[in-house]
This record gives sequence, C-alpha cells and structure tokens, in this order.
Amino acid sequence: MRMIGTLKTASGALRRNVMRTLLTTLGIVIGVGAVITMMEIGNGASLAIQRTLTAIGANTLVIIPGAQFVGGINYGIGSMTTLTPNDADAIAKGCPAIASVAPIVRARTQVVYGNKNWVPTYIYGSTPSFLQVRDWVDMDEGESFTEHDVRNASKVCVVGKTIVRELFAGQSPIGKEIRVRNVAFKVIGVLQQKGANMMGQDQDDILLAPWTTIKYRVVATTLSGGNQSTTNTSNTTEVNSLTMTYPNISTSLYPTQSTNEAADLPQPIRFANVDQILTAARGPEWIQTAIDQITDVIRENHHLRPTAPNDFTVRDMTEITKAMSSTTDLITRLLLYVAMISLMVGGVGIMNIMLVSVTERTREIGLRMAVGAEPNDILRQFLTEAIVLCLAGGIMGIIAGRGASMIVSKVLHWPTAPSIGAVVAAVVVSASVGVIFGFYPAWKGSRLDPIDALRYE
Amino acid sequence: MDNLIKLHDIHKTYHLGEIDLPVLKGISLEIERGEMVALMGASGSGKSTLMNILGCLDHPTSGEYWLEGRDISGFGARERARLRNRILGFVFQNFNLLPRTSALENVLMPLSYTKEGLTEHQKKERASAMLEKVGLSGRIDHHPSQLSGGEQQRVAIARSLINRPQVLFADEPTGNLDSRTSEEILEMFQGLNGTEGITIILVTHDPGVARHATRIIRIKDGLIDGAA
Repeated sequence: MRMIGTLKTASGALRRNVMRTLLTTLGIVIGVGAVITMMEIGNGASLAIQRTLTAIGANTLVIIPGAQFVGGINYGIGSMTTLTPNDADAIAKGCPAIASVAPIVRARTQVVYGNKNWVPTYIYGSTPSFLQVRDWVDMDEGESFTEHDVRNASKVCVVGKTIVRELFAGQSPIGKEIRVRNVAFKVIGVLQQKGANMMGQDQDDILLAPWTTIKYRVVATTLSGGNQSTTNTSNTTEVNSLTMTYPNISTSLYPTQSTNEAADLPQPIRFANVDQILTAARGPEWIQTAIDQITDVIRENHHLRPTAPNDFTVRDMTEITKAMSSTTDLITRLLLYVAMISLMVGGVGIMNIMLVSVTERTREIGLRMAVGAEPNDILRQFLTEAIVLCLAGGIMGIIAGRGASMIVSKVLHWPTAPSIGAVVAAVVVSASVGVIFGFYPAWKGSRLDPIDALRYE
Repeated sequence: MDNLIKLHDIHKTYHLGEIDLPVLKGISLEIERGEMVALMGASGSGKSTLMNILGCLDHPTSGEYWLEGRDISGFGARERARLRNRILGFVFQNFNLLPRTSALENVLMPLSYTKEGLTEHQKKERASAMLEKVGLSGRIDHHPSQLSGGEQQRVAIARSLINRPQVLFADEPTGNLDSRTSEEILEMFQGLNGTEGITIILVTHDPGVARHATRIIRIKDGLIDGAA
C-alpha cells in the first residue's frame, strides 16, 4: 500500500520533466543495451567456438582396451581383446552423460577401383552413430549406412573426400563398387571435408563401413596389436584361391586367443572384440562424469573384481577442452568488465541528475517535511525515483540490446544467442546502480532542515 | 478548557561561527483551544522563529513546550514530523504547492505520510470534500499554474486541513494576495475558527490582518511586547 504510494509519487515526479528523465535514463539504456548485445554476441561466439571444438572432437572420449602383459612381455595398449560391441551398447544404455557411442574396428589395407588403388589412412568399421560422435552427420553426397546394414554386415561404405580424389578422380562415387581386400563395397555416401586433425593426419582419407562387415568380411582379426610379433600369421593373409572367392570363409567369429592369454584371462571369451569405442559426452562440463560412468559400466560388464585393475583406458581430449574453457572464460570476463564500465557511466549520470533534482526540489522537500514526512520518507522517495529511473532504463536497455543483437545477427551474420542470464543480470545490476548512485542524493535530501528547505529560493 | 499550547521560558540561540545570536530570550505564553491568535512583529523580531518552534519545525535551545498537555521540547525529528502530520497544519505565504500536480493530488499529499489505514478511495473522497469546503470543487484537476493566487492559497488551506489538525499555522497567508482576496482568505480562517473550532495562529506584520484575530501577541527583540 505504502510502497504503491511511494512508486506513484516517484513516477509522478519523473513525469514532471519527461525530457530530462529520458536523457538521464539514456545512460542506463545504453549501458544495459550494450551489456545485453555484448552478452548475446559473446554467447553466440562462445557457442560457435564450442561447436567448432566439438567438431574437432573436444567432447570425444576414446575407450581403448588395456595392455596385455604375458610372460614379461608387454604388448602395449590396446592389445587386450576384451572390448566388445556389447560394451558399447551398455555404455549407450547406462551412461546418461554420454550423447552417442560408436564401436570401432580398424583395418589397413588396399582399396581398389578400376585401375587405381590406394591405402586409406583410416578404414573404420563402426555404426551410424560414429558420425554423430565425430560431429560429421551432414553428408556431402548420398547417405550413411544404417543399423540394419550393421546387423546384416552389408557390403556398403561411406568414403571421405581424399578417397574420392584418389580413386574416382573427383567424380561422384555414389553407387560405384570398390574392392577392399577383394570384398566389393558399394559406395553409398561421401563425407564432408574435415581436413587434417591436430596431429596433421588427413581425416578425409577415410573409408567407413559397418563394423560387422569390416570385422567378419575384411580383417577377421584385431588390428590393435601393436606388436607384430604376436600376429598369428596363419590367418587371412595367406594367398589362397578359395579365400579370393569366399573372402570370409576363414573368418572366426571368436577372437583367437593364445594359450597363455586363455590361462591368464579367466573370462568368458567374447563373441567379438572391437579396437576401440568412441563416445561423445553431452558437453564439455559432462566429460568427467562421463569418464566415471563409462568406467563403472565397463567394469560391471567385464565382471572385474573391485581390486582388479581396469582392462581398458578412457581417454579425453584434455588439450582441446582446456582451450575451450579458457576461451569462454576469457570472453565472459571481458564482457563483465565492459558491463561494469558502461553501467558505471550510466550510474554517474543518474547520480548527477538526482543531485540536481534534490537541489531543485528543496522547497518541495521542505514542504513534505512540514506536512509530516520523516527523513526516511524523503530518503525512500528519492531512492525510489532513482531505482525507477534505472529499472525503466534497464528494461528499455534490454529491448534495445535484444534489437541490436538481432540486427547484428541479421545484417552482419554474426552468431548471437539470447541469454536469459544477461537479462536477469541487467535488471539486477540496473536496480543496484539505482540504489548505489541514488543513495547519496537521497540521503542529502533527507538531511535537509525543513525550515531552510522551505525558505530555499 | 485547558491550554492547548503552553510555552515556558523558551530560548532560542543560533550559533553563527564564534558568535551566539540569541533570537528568543525567554518567551512564555499560553494559547487556548479555539483561539485565533495573531503573532505580530517587525522582521527580525523573532516571530518566525517562534512560529517554527510552535509549529514543531524547530526545537528550542531551552525552555518547555507543552502541546495538548505533553511536554514536547525533547522530541526528536521523527516524533516532531508525526506531530506536524497529525495535529498541525501549515499555510505559507508563497502557497508551496507542488507544480504540475493537480489540486486534488496536492491536497492528498500529506496523507501519504499518515500511518492511518485509509483506502485510496477514502483518501480521494476526503480530499475532494476538503476542496469543496474551500469552494474549489470545480477545480479538482487544475494544476497550480492554472489557478489564481487566491485559489492556490485555498488549495493550500485544504491541504493543511486534510488531516483534521488541532492547530493551523498561517505564515503571512495574505502576503502575496490582493486586498480583496486577502479578505476572503481571512474570512475563511475566521469561519474555520468559528465553526470547526480549529485554533489558528496567524503570523503577520500587517495590522489589517492581525485585526481578524481574537488576540494579538506582539514580539519585539525576542520577547513578548504586550498582549492585547
């Protein structure tokens, strides 16, 4: 009730000199407007940076089988054959922090089309979600293979731009058949150009097919063993006319284990193993949670005793995530300083005008005191005026800022993103600017002596 | 009838740097409920200072001030503000209306400092009743700049009456008015004094104005010269 009265008095006083009120508010309008615009442009920029870094693979977590250690010989990371597509499914189900999961089977072999041949850097067998994990969903041409293709071990593949250049001389490869170790794959899609990764490897030099096809029709063994001395030579590399005709005739569905391996790893042998599992966390802030969840799920899935060490490793892209968080931190901090300065300038304007207003209305203050206003009433009245002024400026500033950022994104095509936080902050900050810069003039007014104030000319 | 106002040996001394400037040098007076008193004196005699003390705008350096049987000489700023709001009314020489504010809102203004649970509607009704009493019912929405001097003073009187005061202070109320309007205003004071029984204290240097009062108190050099 009393509050409403004070508000009414304040708005009445402000209406008495509309032009001055508007000009005073302009400081706050520009301040808040600038803050909102900056925040939205900054938000857009950091989102864009985030998106770029995500495309590089900032949110990617790689799960690699552990190292086999048999008879004093360490076979290096990835030499265990314990990671299975089943683990990938378990992660997809059991880890809420993970957005997508793709098991990967690797191969390195010759690819032939017509009279040309080439050895791609990457021959990956995976699931369609590989493209989601790598943020590579939009195809340049054609489409990706499906889960159905994975189940059927269909002989279809998707190729990168480099392969198109090397094998097809830049012509559309869609519908053509290429041979990978004498298995004919139909090309159904071309990936968009991604360029080299941070280590300088050409990421477009890739052939992507269902992991079942690569696993059972092409490699039929794991390629992860870094130690070639352990490779079982009696596998598919043998030249044999029968394998030419039926390339998968010697495919063993179970990974072959040495006797030592079988003795040292008293685990049920898995149906199929994969070289690695690629996952993408929901966002940079989810990475640690995701690592913990993955560890729990796979340990559970592998029936590891609490004391047993992990038979796998989860790797994150620390370097990239660090770059990401430091970039966004920097932007946010920069904007905060800009915000502070512009609002400060606006606040000084408010203080100036409120001081003028108190002096100008000395007689009014005296009169109000004479009819029974207590010093606190006067203080409240002028403080309310300052706050109303700032809040009105804040609201106009929000509208102006939104408008400006909309124009910026429309005309300059800069990425912007609306920020609720900035709006809330603008309202809170402009109100506090009103309190801080309005207090001194209001206090000055409330300390006036009614007799002197009434006689003031 | 008891004394509404009783002053006992009131002194007021202003300190101007090193020099002490005594303005009131021991004033004792009594004003009864329903009186219409004129405070007269030349400028510099101390009559304005006396009015400020009587009107609770200022506090005496020493002495006792009894208002409605209570000693208020020791009251602080907040308590005096409350007294001014509830018991005292003021009419000034230069009207002191809020510019660019309607007559009604000017009259309503003191109510916003009253801790009395009146609804907005009740307040407005009371304010328009007051304006009607001073004969301005047709000018409710006019701003001070659209009113004549006499009308402005009547708005000021309506404003001073809004909280039904016991005492009305009028500081040279006709100083800025022509003689015919002055007469009207003074008649209005007499009417309020006669019909409503409001105690009125007129501060003036004009014997013509003082004539309307029932009693004249003359101040000279900070002392009461003689009561008539």
